[in-house]
Amino acid sequence: MEVLLDNLDSFAIGIRNTVALSLASFAGALAIGMIIATFRVSPVPPLRAAGATYVETIRNIPPLVLIFVFFFGFPTIGIIYSPFVSAIIVLAVYTAAFVGEAIRAGVNTVARGQAEAARALGLTFPQTLGLVVMPQALRSVVPPLGNLFIALVKNTSLASTISVFELTFVSKRLITDTAQGLLIFFGTAIAYLLLTLPAGWAVGRIEKKAAFQR
Amino acid sequence: MTAGVPLVVMEDVNKSFGDLQALKDINLSVDKGEVVVVIGPSGSGKSTLCRTINRLEPIDSGRILIDGEPLPLEGRALARVRADVGMVFQSFNLFAHKSILKNVTMGLIKVRGMSRAEAEDKAMELLKRVGIADKAHRHPAELSGGQQQRAAIARALAMNPKLMLFDEPTSALDPEMIKEVLDVMVELAAEGTTMIVVSHEMGFARSAAQRVAFMDGGRILEVSPPEQFFAAPQTERARDFLSKILAH
Repeated sequence: MEVLLDNLDSFAIGIRNTVALSLASFAGALAIGMIIATFRVSPVPPLRAAGATYVETIRNIPPLVLIFVFFFGFPTIGIIYSPFVSAIIVLAVYTAAFVGEAIRAGVNTVARGQAEAARALGLTFPQTLGLVVMPQALRSVVPPLGNLFIALVKNTSLASTISVFELTFVSKRLITDTAQGLLIFFGTAIAYLLLTLPAGWAVGRIEKKAAFQR
Repeated sequence: MTAGVPLVVMEDVNKSFGDLQALKDINLSVDKGEVVVVIGPSGSGKSTLCRTINRLEPIDSGRILIDGEPLPLEGRALARVRADVGMVFQSFNLFAHKSILKNVTMGLIKVRGMSRAEAEDKAMELLKRVGIADKAHRHPAELSGGQQQRAAIARALAMNPKLMLFDEPTSALDPEMIKEVLDVMVELAAEGTTMIVVSHEMGFARSAAQRVAFMDGGRILEVSPPEQFFAAPQTERARDFLSKILAH
């Protein structure tokens, strides 16, 4: 156990970076995902097609491959970012495909009459979506978004492959230094649980708060 | 109430859902201040007719003019026309996540650009008029069907519409609640509101309508004043329909 206690400060840095990666890329994923969902339910066919293409392309490529394409491939066409920023961008873009689908599914749970009443009142499409449909859709979207957040936290470990100093990367380093693989990775697993379990609990709380009478 | 251009004109309107032709060569014009009740068996196209007038259902061919202007295809221009055309649905369609008051003020604030205080004053006045001012801060699910439908009427009226569309407004209601909704509608008709009402309420058609349009199989088979329509329908199909619904 000493090896864990001795290296607590390294773990702390790793955890901090994993949290930062998770939060930043989830914020990005929510923003992009909302746009994708809007495209997918839009009355304009080219926007719907663009949304569908995004989702089908991105979600069907392994995230590790996306990271490699972005970090090792894109510099040849002049797109160069630090490992940390690259990881945030790729994880946001990847998770956004799933967020978009979750939100779209939520939109479909809202009765069609709600949007019809909004349009009949003279609200524009963005107003109908923003004032009437989304607020009702998002309530049913909280649980799947919670799942996606947890998946994202775990996916941040992929950033270790491009030497982002996050939890998994720190662990691999420590193993090289100490040769205590079992203990170090055991500690790493516990650290991930410390992040994901409270996230799941928080989602449950938000879900209860967002429930409303229909 | 001026004569001249009719408020609503439908010219040779056709509309299909896949293989089913819901509207066939519909021609109808409605003057300002007029109340037209559209009746007919289910599946006759009467709801579709109502929904084409504010383009909730786009039409395949023909023209619809409101106040002499062709209905815009999409976008802001269409939204502006819709703001002037009130619509009441069979299933009320009140915004489930908003209080009754907010249901009524939404259009005033977001479409008409009215201040919140002004909108709330106006909304309360309308809720009082339809008799549910005490429910202003409730959510739709907490109200009875009749109360929800009256709230929906208040929401539509708040926009000061030139025209009110009622798509089977009482079909989802218990008999006791039908009366409270019809009372509000009769009052509106008496005030000179232009109304197109899809309904099975023959009593309402008799007492409030200037004309009754009878539809079957996607066509308007006859349009006549209610006295004439109920006493001596011109078409065999209308006679048959009336004998069935007035039999008991």
